[in-house]
Amino acid sequence: MLTMIGKRLMFAIPSLIGVVIVTFLLTRALPGDPAAYFAGPAASKEAIEQIRKKLGFDKPLIEQFFRYTNDLAHGDFGTSLTTGQPVATEIRNRLPASAELTLLGLMVSIGIAIPLGVLAATRPGSWIDHLCRVTTTAGVSLPVFFTGLVLVYMFYFRLGWSPAPLGRLDVFYSAPPTVTGLYLIDALIAREFETFRSALSQLILPAATLAIFSLAPIARMTRASMLAVLASDFVRTARASGLSPSTVIVTYAFRNAMLPVVTTLSMVFSFLLGANVLVEKVFAWPGIGSYAVEALISSDFAPVQGFVLTMAVMYVLLNLVIDILYGVIDPRVRLEG
Amino acid sequence: MKRRDFLKSVSGLAAAGALTPAPAIWSSAKAQARSETLLIVSESGPNNLDIHGVGTNVPGYEVSWNCYDRLISHEMKSGPGGVPYYDRDKFKPELAEDMKVGDMSVTFKLKKNAKFHDGAPVTAKDVKWSLDRAVSVGGFPTFQMGAGSLTKTEQFVVVDDNTVRIDFAKKDRLTIPDLAVIVPCIVNSELVKKSATEKDPWGLEYTKQQTAGSGAYKVVKWTAGTEVIMERNDAWAGGPLPKVKRVIWRMVPQAGNRRALLERGDADISYDLPNKDFVELKDSGKLNIVSVPYSNGVQYIGMNVKIAPFDNVKVREAVACAIPYQKIMDAVLFGLAKPMFGAAADKPTEVAWPQPTKYVTDIAKAKALLAEAGYPNGFETTLSFDLGFAGVNEPLCILVQESLAQIGIRTTINKIPGANWRTELNKKVLPLYTNVFSGWLDYPEYFFIWCYDGKNSIFNTMSYQSKPMDEFIHGAVDAAAIGNTAKYDADVKGFVDLAFKDIPRIPLYQPYVNVAMQKNVSGYQYWFHRRLDYRALVKA
Repeated sequence: MLTMIGKRLMFAIPSLIGVVIVTFLLTRALPGDPAAYFAGPAASKEAIEQIRKKLGFDKPLIEQFFRYTNDLAHGDFGTSLTTGQPVATEIRNRLPASAELTLLGLMVSIGIAIPLGVLAATRPGSWIDHLCRVTTTAGVSLPVFFTGLVLVYMFYFRLGWSPAPLGRLDVFYSAPPTVTGLYLIDALIAREFETFRSALSQLILPAATLAIFSLAPIARMTRASMLAVLASDFVRTARASGLSPSTVIVTYAFRNAMLPVVTTLSMVFSFLLGANVLVEKVFAWPGIGSYAVEALISSDFAPVQGFVLTMAVMYVLLNLVIDILYGVIDPRVRLEG
Repeated sequence: MKRRDFLKSVSGLAAAGALTPAPAIWSSAKAQARSETLLIVSESGPNNLDIHGVGTNVPGYEVSWNCYDRLISHEMKSGPGGVPYYDRDKFKPELAEDMKVGDMSVTFKLKKNAKFHDGAPVTAKDVKWSLDRAVSVGGFPTFQMGAGSLTKTEQFVVVDDNTVRIDFAKKDRLTIPDLAVIVPCIVNSELVKKSATEKDPWGLEYTKQQTAGSGAYKVVKWTAGTEVIMERNDAWAGGPLPKVKRVIWRMVPQAGNRRALLERGDADISYDLPNKDFVELKDSGKLNIVSVPYSNGVQYIGMNVKIAPFDNVKVREAVACAIPYQKIMDAVLFGLAKPMFGAAADKPTEVAWPQPTKYVTDIAKAKALLAEAGYPNGFETTLSFDLGFAGVNEPLCILVQESLAQIGIRTTINKIPGANWRTELNKKVLPLYTNVFSGWLDYPEYFFIWCYDGKNSIFNTMSYQSKPMDEFIHGAVDAAAIGNTAKYDADVKGFVDLAFKDIPRIPLYQPYVNVAMQKNVSGYQYWFHRRLDYRALVKA
């Protein structure tokens, strides 16, 4: 097991090096001159040159690259020009915000999508199958920002049930002492239940928005995979042996149908983490997606590189976790691995 | 305990729990906090708390304005629509208690009770160090200081602990006003020097993250891109104690949500909503809406006079006759701007800027002019705009495109991302574009030095160079310095007339600053920098 993990991590190193090089070159190839952008509205050519020098953009590309990798090796991701903060700190502060939102959204989504998919597969063509089809199609075809805005309009503006879409906490609460960075968990650890309530109520709408969007792949994949498994020989044997339908479906069919679902889940998770930019924008959520996009708009290289690198590392880790999970679910994978 | 008693006590507890309105306790504390706190929402926040920093953005100026003091500031007067408006010509002391203007210098006596946020007194040494810093750090602050002929550290002289003298490099009407802009703020030199290093002699890294001033507010928490929390400095000596105790400034990227927050009464102030929202909010009457024209600011259509066919004045005139002025006012701005076109034909030129041109939309005349210039069938070109302000620029350009097509000028719209806009402007290769310029110092010659002068600064986006124009501009600057009003007036009229005759850029309108506030918020003041001054705001 350990050797497998070690091997997998070794394989990840070349791809990470590739990511570093590609992001460095890509950000340099972006149109836009950060020096001109940051020199301010009334800058002369000399002022822009002064800024360029200060930022080190007057050096040859190769020198910039070596400086960048050297800094990286020391754990320094550089400093963002738009927010003025070190990128490493920013990502550390913002990643939990995105992670909390994404995880909750994903949990809600799984809670709805998997039962829905299983039910749709066991009764193909029934009303529940159609319900599954309609919900998932609607969910995936509504753009995230649209769903988000509609939810805000309904539940905040019209009905007033939901708090103001102002980020992770109501303006007059302060964040719980940081342990995990996830406010829900930190608030419980600190026993600040009022903060917990506030954080949860802020989370509901954005998490629901994400959940609606991610229902489709999970439910469809569950349904398809369950259908295939239910048609296979061992299920027929199990049924023929007189096992109760629930045992057949839950113990035998579902476990076997899990593999593709877990793969989809990992895809959906990493996709949501990076792609919930729009949700973050709509709900003023201080996550990494909106951070990266804002940096991109202002040709702020350091955060973009930091973001891509973080995402690459997360992909590698996520894939590792999924591979381990495969082994847990399906012993055959363990043997072959 | 018997079962019955137990049940009773439990139900009693439950009832007590239900009766004690626990959330109400929190709410009352919250309600009080709310009444003393001003919640501001805007699209973007500061990237640096110090205006002297490298690449500090415009929201950063707002922090500097409220958390640092300058030697002097401006008095208020009644502006358009009765909105308090800074008085360009009247100064009031802020850190200084006295200002004596001599022939070639100005002497300031500092307030004795003025203290920095950490309790250290504000001394002449701090003033010198701060002004030295402003002229030395390079970039925008140094450039702005230079606009008032403040360029060398030798100009700032410590006379004694409480007295500073500023020597003029030359006679310049803009020197004193330039001391009242945001840049020459006074920094706690002893505190900042502690964090200065060899690489960073002015301690810019330290002041980037925290405020080290003597101003009315201090930043207590700043989460970049999310919020800034400021608290009142109760020992402020710069003016009467502000009414608002705490300011929470949250970044809400979505304009629709900013509007919803205002309408639901959760946010107190927002000032960067789309024009359409402002008009609708104004009509609904639920909020206080203030609209004030930008001082010394104009949105215009520019043409590069070095690129054919715009090197031909007839072509430029033809374009000026083909702009759908009124449509832009109605459909793009919803009336929230001051027209800079269509002045009566017999109206004499004023000694003022901005002022309207005499152009109106006249397609027949435009066609004739174009034919006269040798382009009876028109030509093809690109029309560029800054995507950072797409809300106004995009519909504006589409209207212009449509209208120019009527006289045969076929344009392709070129959308340039905000980050790239200034780079492209600097290259001076865009043939036709729209842009906005506004100067902090509200003097016609200041605008013209930037935008029309032959030294071809970045804002002379048209690459317009003309000898008579330079003569008028420099004549006006020199006349103002020595107080020769007659010559000044003649020169200002001269450069305005020439700018309209040669028409390298076509003024469209003077944009408005739009601020939406709750009904219980008052005290908004218009400043040249167009950001909020929390010191005057009151929340009832």
